[in-house]
Amino acid sequence: MTQPAPSSRPTGTFTVKRGLAEMLRGGVIMDVVDAEQAKVAEDAGAVAVMALERVPADIRRDGGVARMSDPALIEGIKVAVTVPVMAKARIGHFAEAQVLAALGVDYIDESEVLTPADEAHHIDKWPYQVPFVCGATNLGEALRRISEGAAMIRSKGEAGTGNIVEAVRHLRSILGDIRRVTEADPAELYGWAKDLAAPIGLVQEIAGTGRLPVPLFCAGGIATPADASLVMQLGAEAVFVGSGIFKSGNPSQMARAIVEATAHFADADLVAKVSTGLGAAMAGQEIGTLGVHLAERGW
Amino acid sequence: MTIGVLALQGDVREHAAAFGALGESVRLVVGPEDLAGLSGLVLPGGESTTLSLLLESSGLFDPLGEVLGNGLPAFGTCAGMILLAGTVLDGRVDQRRFGVIDLTIRRNGYGRQAASFECDVEVSGLGADPLHAVFIRAPVVEGCGPGVEVLATLPDACERGSPVHVEPLTDRPGHHRPVVCRQGPVLVAAFHPELTGDRRLHQMFVEMTKEERR
Repeated sequence: MTQPAPSSRPTGTFTVKRGLAEMLRGGVIMDVVDAEQAKVAEDAGAVAVMALERVPADIRRDGGVARMSDPALIEGIKVAVTVPVMAKARIGHFAEAQVLAALGVDYIDESEVLTPADEAHHIDKWPYQVPFVCGATNLGEALRRISEGAAMIRSKGEAGTGNIVEAVRHLRSILGDIRRVTEADPAELYGWAKDLAAPIGLVQEIAGTGRLPVPLFCAGGIATPADASLVMQLGAEAVFVGSGIFKSGNPSQMARAIVEATAHFADADLVAKVSTGLGAAMAGQEIGTLGVHLAERGW
Repeated sequence: MTIGVLALQGDVREHAAAFGALGESVRLVVGPEDLAGLSGLVLPGGESTTLSLLLESSGLFDPLGEVLGNGLPAFGTCAGMILLAGTVLDGRVDQRRFGVIDLTIRRNGYGRQAASFECDVEVSGLGADPLHAVFIRAPVVEGCGPGVEVLATLPDACERGSPVHVEPLTDRPGHHRPVVCRQGPVLVAAFHPELTGDRRLHQMFVEMTKEERR
């Protein structure tokens, strides 16, 4: 058997970046602040863990500037688990992203949960070998992030609230507009591109395929197994859970239950079973009482 | 003739679409009741630790192990290959596997995501045109038993791109790693044929399911 030239083995292509996101579908990505939490997450069946300095509920409570994690904590998490390790960088903070890439994380989340570093520009994500995930509240925002190189989109929701209402709003907005775009005639797609402030090429692509060119996951406010089932039924392909696990009464059991409910989201009997006797979910907050709306960060 | 796709987690849709495009009927398998009457089963890419846990909790692990032991044709890609293998290095101690192909596998053997790569692979039985292969945090075959037929290999070293941190395979000189293997009714690939439009490996598996029925 002859072999192809060894040099033709490109890394960091969009196919391998998006490919890892495809492998995470149907799974739960859990926020963790240290190696100990990362082990709890992996033991419960997380498909990946997300390293951050503080979970969103604590960022919300304590205020101050939220930044990338200490590299020592990220290293500790990488050693502790075998599943992919993601980490958050501030919006527009390409130097944090460079550091995370140098640390060898598997995915970078350019996240509104951290304090933005640039009020006009997101990171140009194309030059990196490591893939990026970005949040979006609507289809235009999702397509702008994809045009900058994001290989996964997550609906933003409102992180740290334990309130699913914003995640539902964002998912319905993104998926509803995708459905409407597929019904538009070719001339109308230019109007859609203008209204969405998104590249016409991407608008034409989703008009043909009926889905985003990268996986669409859901984040922000998932606190119970039923929340996970809800957003999966609405069309999310996987879920991110932040404060919902480690701010609950029994993190290990809650994590496991959300993993089961995400995998079997359409099986109400199973969701009922795993929801039974979980103890307290995280305390939630009404959106109207919030001082800071994290989802409004990003442009 | 129905091909089952294990649908607990991972890139299930792509495998289902590949077999659908070949004109096969496909059933998504999420519980033991879905196993009856299958002509073959696909274990997709995903996270093998998560899949192992969901196989256990869904009650699928033991009945699936039984039908695989009885010779049900199986096709595993990446995480699916890990689940079908006999020995897994660097896995979690509680990670279960079916052991129906005599391979020793190292998880994430090519490195982390930054080392994930694409390349062309020549596969025995698929003709002269190479198959385009997408390796994502892919497992490395560290050893294979005498009953395993190696259908494709990749050289360990490469001039640029992915750093490959693996020891040479001692029983296979030339530093070539198996990346497609078959043992009886079990076919495995370390990469993701389901992520490209090339259906030849899926077609090969369809032919295997027909051989089993004869």
